[in-house]
Amino acid sequence: MPLLEIADLRKSFVSPDGERSLVVDVPQFVLHEGEQVALQGSSGSGKTTFLNLIAGILQADCGRVVLNGQNIAALPEAARDRVRAENLGYVFQTFNLLQGFTALENTALGMMFGRGADYARARELLERVGLKDRIAYRPRQLSVGQQQRVAVARALANRPKLVLADEPTGNLDQRSAKEALALVREVCHESGAALLLVSHDRDVLARFENVKQMAEINRAAH
Amino acid sequence: MGVLKGVTWHSGLALLVRRSLQQHALSTCITIFSVALASGLVMAIFSVKQQTHEAFIGGPVGFDAVLGARGSQLQLVLNTIFHLETSPGNIPWAMYQQIKKDPRVRLAIPYAVGDNYLGFRIVGTTAEIFTEFEYQEGRKFKVHPGGRFFDPVRREAVIGSFVAQRTGLQEGDVFRPYHGITFNELERHDIEYLVVGVLEPTNSPSDHVLWIPLEGVFRMPGHQLKDKFVPKPGEEIPDSSKEISAVMLKLTSPELGLDLSTQINRQGTEATLAWPIDRVLLDLFDKIGWVDKVLALVAYLVVVVAAGSILASIYNTMNERRREFAILRALGAQRATVFSAIVLESGTIAALGSLAGFVVYAGILNVAAVIVRDQTGVVLNVLQSAKIELTGWLSISILLLAPLGMIAVGALAGVVPAYKAYSTDVAQNLAPMS
Repeated sequence: MPLLEIADLRKSFVSPDGERSLVVDVPQFVLHEGEQVALQGSSGSGKTTFLNLIAGILQADCGRVVLNGQNIAALPEAARDRVRAENLGYVFQTFNLLQGFTALENTALGMMFGRGADYARARELLERVGLKDRIAYRPRQLSVGQQQRVAVARALANRPKLVLADEPTGNLDQRSAKEALALVREVCHESGAALLLVSHDRDVLARFENVKQMAEINRAAH
Repeated sequence: MGVLKGVTWHSGLALLVRRSLQQHALSTCITIFSVALASGLVMAIFSVKQQTHEAFIGGPVGFDAVLGARGSQLQLVLNTIFHLETSPGNIPWAMYQQIKKDPRVRLAIPYAVGDNYLGFRIVGTTAEIFTEFEYQEGRKFKVHPGGRFFDPVRREAVIGSFVAQRTGLQEGDVFRPYHGITFNELERHDIEYLVVGVLEPTNSPSDHVLWIPLEGVFRMPGHQLKDKFVPKPGEEIPDSSKEISAVMLKLTSPELGLDLSTQINRQGTEATLAWPIDRVLLDLFDKIGWVDKVLALVAYLVVVVAAGSILASIYNTMNERRREFAILRALGAQRATVFSAIVLESGTIAALGSLAGFVVYAGILNVAAVIVRDQTGVVLNVLQSAKIELTGWLSISILLLAPLGMIAVGALAGVVPAYKAYSTDVAQNLAPMS
């Protein structure tokens, strides 16, 4: 059974002038346990909306998003929040670390709303991403590359079955991007989590064996 | 830091609140200060009000009734018990002699007022005030070791502890009284009194008094007795020329005051009997009850302002924190969780403010206690808090009710910004900022 199975997923938005536009229209998409897939798409192709639908951040207009046997598209918001807290990791382009929190606390936040924060695990993860001596640092005291490593540690903190990465290297220089990407892939592989990464960066996409075109998956992207 | 496995979302909330308060330390401190002022003010106003009532109405007086000139009972009580206000007038000596013989009266002590020393009342009286009178059940005036009570035929004085403390007068010192009950340096009498004793503190208005023999008031230069009689040194003063300000009465049974009151106040025309003293004072507090209401209103308004400052301080941070809430939501925090975090944050500010409010309360009450003691001699108990009656059978200390109320109001003030956090659009606020 696939880890993630999407069928007839649709999402549209109403613009300020009242016009409804379909942003996501995915008839079918499948991701297996431990699989690492990159989605290539240009700006406006619905990549982020697609990830947000999978994460349950957005409510689909219709369709199914079956994650680990559970159709989260049919769940009420609070239940989707729980699924996200316990089963998903999310890496953002802008890292989205909380500025007032230390690296350790930011990492622990990834567990706090699910099974509960385990600071020992947060330490282990920070150690794994090479930030053993930076656990008490706040984001502004870290380089952008280090901040993205904290974001990766946080995404893995709740032992997710699926990690979603939205342009995770978009704000990094070439060297940091390469390192960050390698790190995301390694730690996902080590923990057995599947990885679904969206990007428009050819260098990033070139490192994936399995690259899918957003335009092929999403009929609304045509 | 040890291993903290399974730390729940509750501790997550606590962490969110702590970090937010740290990040906005300045506005947090200012808000805590305003809450402290509000909470402290509410506690102080109710405590001062209740303690003042208790000190005046329920405090030790030592007498059951006061007999004085025809006029206001309240003025009579304030003048003789609290040594405030002017005397309503004089009564003839014969009236004192008559009431003293009344079988319903156990103790009758004459008071004659009209002079002061640096603003402190001088009361002419008999030695019974020291030998018979109990200012509190079982407690009589005592002089400091080495001192003694005055000799009724000498120019001697026994002074209250507060007078000694404020004027510096000590046993063996002499002073010259001033005419009138308010101090005027031009009105000094040309005679000297010797301090022979300093009373131990009683925490009552008596601490503010200089006691001299009654005869001394009669013979004070410039004092006119009845029929303009001016006694020469050594000359005996006829009883018919003597007048006094009041007679302090201890009855054989306090209930007998009703009989006396009917006889003197309703049937008589020459004098007034102030009885019972606490009811007379209760009338005073009834008359100035509006002051309490105004003060309470001010306190409530300050609470509203403090709640408003909590709301404003948190609300002003909401725009910059939208992204923070969106991140938390993306990590799995529920709407209710971010809502609770804001309410908890405002409640925490209110709780910290309420805690600091005890310092404000202690400060206000200490200052109020000094002012009340200086003005009236009544001592407020700073450690005793007021009780607020919630129902007929349930009352709660204001020191508990005010902080709890403030925390509830503070948490309520957080509902508006909390709703804003609750309704944060996650996807929109997670988008990269340009």
